[in-house]
Amino acid sequence: MGFEVIFKGKNLIRLLAGLGVAMKISLISVAISIAAGLLLGMLMSMKKPVIGALMRVYLEIVRIKPQMVLLFIVFFGFTKMTGSNISAEASSIIVFSFWGTAEMADLVRGCFISIPVIQYESSKALGLSRLQTYVYVIIPQIVRRLIPLSINLITRMIKTTSLIMMIGIVEVLKVGQQIIEANRKSAPNAAFGVFAAIFLLYFLACWPISCFSKYLEKKWAN
Amino acid sequence: MSEILKIEHLHKKFEDFEVLSDINLSIKKGETIVIVGPSGCGKSTLLRCINGLEDIDEGEVSLEGEAVNPAPKNAAGRRKIGMVFQSYELFPHKTILENVLLAPMKVQKRDRKEATEEALSLLDRVGLASRKDSYPRQLSGGQKQRVAIVRALMMHPEVLLFDEVTAALDPEMVREVLDVILDLAKQKRTMLIVTHEMSFAKAIADRVLFLDGGTIVEDSDPNAFFEAPKTERAKKFLQTFEFGS
Repeated sequence: MGFEVIFKGKNLIRLLAGLGVAMKISLISVAISIAAGLLLGMLMSMKKPVIGALMRVYLEIVRIKPQMVLLFIVFFGFTKMTGSNISAEASSIIVFSFWGTAEMADLVRGCFISIPVIQYESSKALGLSRLQTYVYVIIPQIVRRLIPLSINLITRMIKTTSLIMMIGIVEVLKVGQQIIEANRKSAPNAAFGVFAAIFLLYFLACWPISCFSKYLEKKWAN
Repeated sequence: MSEILKIEHLHKKFEDFEVLSDINLSIKKGETIVIVGPSGCGKSTLLRCINGLEDIDEGEVSLEGEAVNPAPKNAAGRRKIGMVFQSYELFPHKTILENVLLAPMKVQKRDRKEATEEALSLLDRVGLASRKDSYPRQLSGGQKQRVAIVRALMMHPEVLLFDEVTAALDPEMVREVLDVILDLAKQKRTMLIVTHEMSFAKAIADRVLFLDGGTIVEDSDPNAFFEAPKTERAKKFLQTFEFGS
């Protein structure tokens, strides 16, 4: 079945290191996306026409363009045009954050407008200041609504890092291909075993996140 | 009794539509005032203008001689006016006790222990002390509304505003909420109540205001208003609550 290849030499460690690269890039991008997305989402929910229009354009660009095209634009196009030297890793973090921020901002905006106006009013009627209303009443509710939605986005971002091998980053999928190539003679069936192992690794990376989200949902649902 | 709340020449417009025009009102400490009138007559807007949820276009609302709307920079005035809403508006992510304690602790910076004691005794008074650790969604509408009343009381308001607080409740829960308000009236709290419960209005009011078309059409004692309204408009309005006549 080709599983034996995985345990040959340093193959397993190499695969894990590849997963590490993918996780590093995705988690840094996720962190940037959450922070920037919260900020932009709040701006969007303020209903300022200019900001709204700009965000609309941004969001549509991100939605229309495949992530791979964005990666190529930044890594090959942008560097050539400006003569700068952005590393592949930095390029992928830029692209993934660019994408994640747009989607996160849209989720945040949706959560903001789902909070009824009268929640603000009853806070005001109790004498809470604007800042107190956000900190104690609105944002905790936003976060609770946002978690399940953003988990979906985060796992999607992790999975999509399989594209970064196209700009030369050796992540888990690329390592897998290298292992298959190297063992083509001795283990012609390696492809199945190696890809099955990668499947499992992605699952192990995303599953705890999904468990954590379920735990939080349960805790907050009471 | 001394005057506590004064409204002078209040005008409020939404776009070009004048919702309230030239409202003048003087309320004495301890008075229970019931405001009735057809829907869209401006009852709720009047309450919202009193505690500053709506900006007013002309005139002034003052509490104990201090302007509250248009509001001076500090929001202190608003804290002295409590409001209970039709849809309760408890904070869904907080327990009953946390809901009731949030404003006293964050706005008034009160001591947790002292505030908790008061909260529990007030919750006990409305029969809900045992539910202090529940979340709003675990409570019935009537229970939530009683918690909302306690939450408003915790701020020690000088004036309490009730905006159709039983309108969203199932009929069998209306009574438990009205009983709480009746209890407050007995304690001589100053209250303005907007309601469609005419028998409740009759029982609780010291004064009834009949609002129609954005003006106070009648301002009289409840017996006079319900038995022999002075104006045709009030007569017509009251008839809509009677069947078979």
